[in-house]
Amino acid sequence: MASTETTPVQDAGSVEAGLDALETTTTGRPPLRETLVDKVLPPVAAIAVVLVVWYILYPVVDDPSKLPSPGAVGSAFRDAWLRGELLGYIWTSVSRGLLGFAFALVIGTPLGLLVARVKFVRAAIGPILSGLQSLPSVAWVPPAVIWLGLNNSMMYAVILLGAVPSIANGLVSGVDQVPPLFLRAGRTMGATGAKGVWYVTLPASLPGYVAGLKQGWAFSWRSLMAAEIIAQFPDLGVGLGQLLENGRTASDMAMVFEAILLILFVGIAIDLLIFSPLERWVLRSRGLLVKS
Amino acid sequence: MATTLAKADESVEFAARLEHVSKSFATPGGQQLVLDDISIDVAPGEFVTLLGASGCGKSTLLNLVAGLDRPSAGSITTDGRPALMFQEHALFPWLTAGKNIELALKLRGVPKPERRGKAEELLELVRLKGAHGKRVHELSGGMRQRVAMARALAQESNMLLMDEPFAALDAITRDVLHDELTRIWAETGLSVLFVTHNVREAVRLAQRVVLLSSRPGRIAREWRVDLPQPRRIEDAPVAELSLEITDVLRGEIRRHGQH
Repeated sequence: MASTETTPVQDAGSVEAGLDALETTTTGRPPLRETLVDKVLPPVAAIAVVLVVWYILYPVVDDPSKLPSPGAVGSAFRDAWLRGELLGYIWTSVSRGLLGFAFALVIGTPLGLLVARVKFVRAAIGPILSGLQSLPSVAWVPPAVIWLGLNNSMMYAVILLGAVPSIANGLVSGVDQVPPLFLRAGRTMGATGAKGVWYVTLPASLPGYVAGLKQGWAFSWRSLMAAEIIAQFPDLGVGLGQLLENGRTASDMAMVFEAILLILFVGIAIDLLIFSPLERWVLRSRGLLVKS
Repeated sequence: MATTLAKADESVEFAARLEHVSKSFATPGGQQLVLDDISIDVAPGEFVTLLGASGCGKSTLLNLVAGLDRPSAGSITTDGRPALMFQEHALFPWLTAGKNIELALKLRGVPKPERRGKAEELLELVRLKGAHGKRVHELSGGMRQRVAMARALAQESNMLLMDEPFAALDAITRDVLHDELTRIWAETGLSVLFVTHNVREAVRLAQRVVLLSSRPGRIAREWRVDLPQPRRIEDAPVAELSLEITDVLRGEIRRHGQH
């Protein structure tokens, strides 16, 4: 284009650079100290309060068969550790839980995609799938025992029935919330059909999917514990559920407390180590995690 | 990429040809005519703005040209698949700025080793050198639209369709992006079909302004803008022509109140 006597606009680039600088804010990760004070200190304080209350209550109740002393529970942990069984209990349950969850992932993901994308399938099994979510997965333990017997496959079946609906439903709601604009943008770039699903729909639905995974894990962990309490069989090994049941039959309240605390800690640890970081990463990278 | 559209070659004398295009949508009250007998030719390298008030079917028309929808009657021929830019940037938030551009390259079949370099080049073209690794939410509105422009350019279409791409930006940023678009258009030789409801913007940018009437959208009038580029939105000739077009536009809008 021929330039003319009108005011030159050659400096558009530098104006732009100025605007860019004015309008960009950089956000980094908070410093470690701040994280410690904001995130670690409060739960530690809460645990300390619980322990203090426990110490005060113990002499008041004064019945170790109802409320064991914190020291007794502590030595239950120590004994299990010294016998070399503590990690075994944890590993038996965690390996079952994670393997079952991996199966649930393999089944739930394509199922969710199918329900989200195929109208007929959605109309047919969509409502059942969301209904299953509100059915406590513990309810599957009796039929699973009858169908499969007291063995590992029964436990995996219970985990699957607990986790698959959550995973599938998470993906469905994730896909439903994909902004139509993204699909249009994808189509104009040539992302249609399977390419559209792979490059646009799936990554766009990731936040909903991860929320489903998180819930799926919580459900499968709960149902696994129920299954372990019911399925007592020497060949199955001792998981956390069996430990709890053993404590009950032996009327050993310290062991019961030990089992409950372990179940709680493992559930929290898996969430804290796997699912929460995953969720935060997904949200942070999209600018959806706003620091309040 | 299989396409039945005309391939780019010397014999093509238009970038897009719309012949008697009509579009109606089914509504509860029956068929509603949105576009009525639209015929427009966009020459290769030409910059045309489509101007109209609400309800003139501007966005519908762009969707048709982009191939996202089919006309009810008439035909649309384009030289390859046009790239499309929206009012919202429509960048994918799970990818960095650079990866957004690389995705467009990938979908076009550009081999992997070349993508990174091309994306950097395109970012440099929109003056965002060094923004390759930036997340979409880290960019300002103006920067996002420039990345979106780079992504559209990555499709290497001969034609760029723009659906009010600067409407959501503040006036200062919009002004600067007008300069950028004019520069990029001159550098690349693209044909541009630019939809807007901003008369001055239409005159500032285009070689030809097509005014659409509303409900249904028909071509009301056309103006050639024989002013040299680069222009500024404050230039007297731009203001003068804008005034003339605004009067006609107001006349068109007024008709709808007289029932």
